[in-house]
Amino acid sequence: MEKVLMKGNEAFAEACIRAGCRFFSGYPITPQTEVLEYMSWRMEQVGGQFIQTESELAGINMVFGAAAAGARALTTSSGPGFSLKQEGISYLCGTDLPAVIADVMRIGSALGEIFQGQGDYWQLTRGGGHGDYRTVVLAPASVQENADLAYIAFDIAEKYRHPVIIASDAAIGQMVEPVELPPMREHDIDRYDWVIRGRKPGEEQRRMKNVFYRMGADKYPAFLLDKYRRMEENEQRWESLAVEDAELVLVAYGISSRVSKEAVKLARSRGIPLGLIRPISLWPFPQKAFDALGGQVKGFLCVEMSILGQMVDDVVLACGNRVPVGFYGEFSQVPEPEIIVERAAAMLNGKEVQA
Amino acid sequence: MKLSLPDSLLRDKSSGWCPGCGHGIITRMVAEAVEELGLEENFILCTDVACGALAAYVTKWNVIGAAHGRTIIAAAGAKRVRPDQIVLAAPGDGSAYSIGIESTIHCALRNENILALVVNNCVFGMTGGQMSPESLPGQKTTSSPFGRDPARNGAPFDVVKTLGSYDIAYLARGSVSSPANVIRTGKMIRKALQKQLDGQGFCLLEILSPCPTNWGFPDDRAGKALDYMRQQQEVFYPLGEFIDKEGSKDA
Amino acid sequence: MSKAVLNDKKCKGCFLCASVCPKNALSDSGRINEKGYKIVALDTEKCIGCGACYRMCPDWAFEIVD
Repeated sequence: MEKVLMKGNEAFAEACIRAGCRFFSGYPITPQTEVLEYMSWRMEQVGGQFIQTESELAGINMVFGAAAAGARALTTSSGPGFSLKQEGISYLCGTDLPAVIADVMRIGSALGEIFQGQGDYWQLTRGGGHGDYRTVVLAPASVQENADLAYIAFDIAEKYRHPVIIASDAAIGQMVEPVELPPMREHDIDRYDWVIRGRKPGEEQRRMKNVFYRMGADKYPAFLLDKYRRMEENEQRWESLAVEDAELVLVAYGISSRVSKEAVKLARSRGIPLGLIRPISLWPFPQKAFDALGGQVKGFLCVEMSILGQMVDDVVLACGNRVPVGFYGEFSQVPEPEIIVERAAAMLNGKEVQA
Repeated sequence: MKLSLPDSLLRDKSSGWCPGCGHGIITRMVAEAVEELGLEENFILCTDVACGALAAYVTKWNVIGAAHGRTIIAAAGAKRVRPDQIVLAAPGDGSAYSIGIESTIHCALRNENILALVVNNCVFGMTGGQMSPESLPGQKTTSSPFGRDPARNGAPFDVVKTLGSYDIAYLARGSVSSPANVIRTGKMIRKALQKQLDGQGFCLLEILSPCPTNWGFPDDRAGKALDYMRQQQEVFYPLGEFIDKEGSKDA
Repeated sequence: MSKAVLNDKKCKGCFLCASVCPKNALSDSGRINEKGYKIVALDTEKCIGCGACYRMCPDWAFEIVD
């Protein structure tokens, strides 16, 4: 296939179209806006629906209605706007509806700033809204992966009838790289027997409301546990680099994983046995990647664009807290490979590395 | 004259609504309009939360249960995916005029081809009768115990003043305060659904409805709730058709 | 002549019907149905089948038959 040069956000949008997404509703916010802009003309070409809504709340709740009607529906936002989506994400989860939502992360709480950041990890992986739920969260680290993950996100969402979130960031969304786009697919809105349209004679009534209203509060816990266990078993995704003999393993996703790869190369050139686990699924966290490591690993170093070290807890859990877990975070600057190697070397010398 | 209950209603099931609640009357009227227009197999009901949502359990329609205040926008999403289906959003006054007002206005501005049927009973019913955007001046509720004072609590919202000049297909206010008003309002529902069938765009029909439980007439034997509607509610919120853009075959 | 038929199992005793009946054909029966609601009584002699009760009943307890 031919490669084209594309911006991360636009490759994401195009891959959603090619995955059969024919419904987009959203609101502008930097650094996500290119998705919205791209959809504004591309949906027109493919006969889909594009709605620039009055707010993020309207965007996600319009997706709720569209998903219930059977469409492959998408909304995208960033930081402050993504917070507003939480109501609808909780409703999608509680109602068993598939949809894809992208958070092109920026830095800081409140308004923060439009620069790249990874400070939404807790919100993304812990549920984010009210109630007992998590969503599948996929974190691209390149323009190609923006397209690849967008393409499978709808399939995953429909497989479990559950929202899937793409955790991108300003750097991944804004960078321009060559990308091989997937082939065009169409989605049949009547593909599933649960979609909402007028009830035909003899059919059971379909009520797209809280699942536990339907099955009863007694049956719901087992149903939900089973769904989450299946997602945890089947949807772990990751990339491991030079871990076979690594004594220290970096753990980084998205933009931080790109510089971490550089750091591994740099460290190896200096004889430092450094490796990398790059979670592609932030939830389910790739436990299997950690289980596969050898006994030579003496510690882990989380590299993130956050101040508090949001992924550290997950790494501590994934390694069973058997070895030290260090943290190197940056706020508005992308972590430096040189500093990563320095911190990694310090950890290998028995020093504690935090923040 | 024969009057039989429409087939879309589960006639043998008791509804979850309180005695004297207008929701049952309105649900029956919707079912009649749907049946008269032959829309049973192409009809989607989009409910809000609370009292209005109970319609899902006493009708046969397929239902989308949206979040509070998101009924109209969720219905618009479903309609855009399935333009061949007739979509009715059924929020209450709190949903359409308070928490969801931005989408009510913007769906009207986009002329989304749906019917927003707003049940206005001047209170938040399911939560126990708090002040709603439509509570009347002087109306005592559990959160306006001294009576709604516009200076203190804000003025009631009049949808006609807000949407009255918009380029939408239909804007009307009906009531279920009497058999005559029920007949008139039933025609409004039918007209609005016909407009959706004709692709005319956004229709908002507000229906004044009694909430005897939260109005302080829980054991009404004399139709006091209906008197209150006629003497208070309908005086403050006049009935009528305010926008009827292209008329209708079914006048 | 048309007449109302009352299914008092569905009645919740709101008496909206009685308050709009032009012939005072509906009144408090003094009885309670299996759901525990006080229910109306229909006097078919007085009923003229006008449909007012059918239109006002929130619980779909009435139909009008020929």
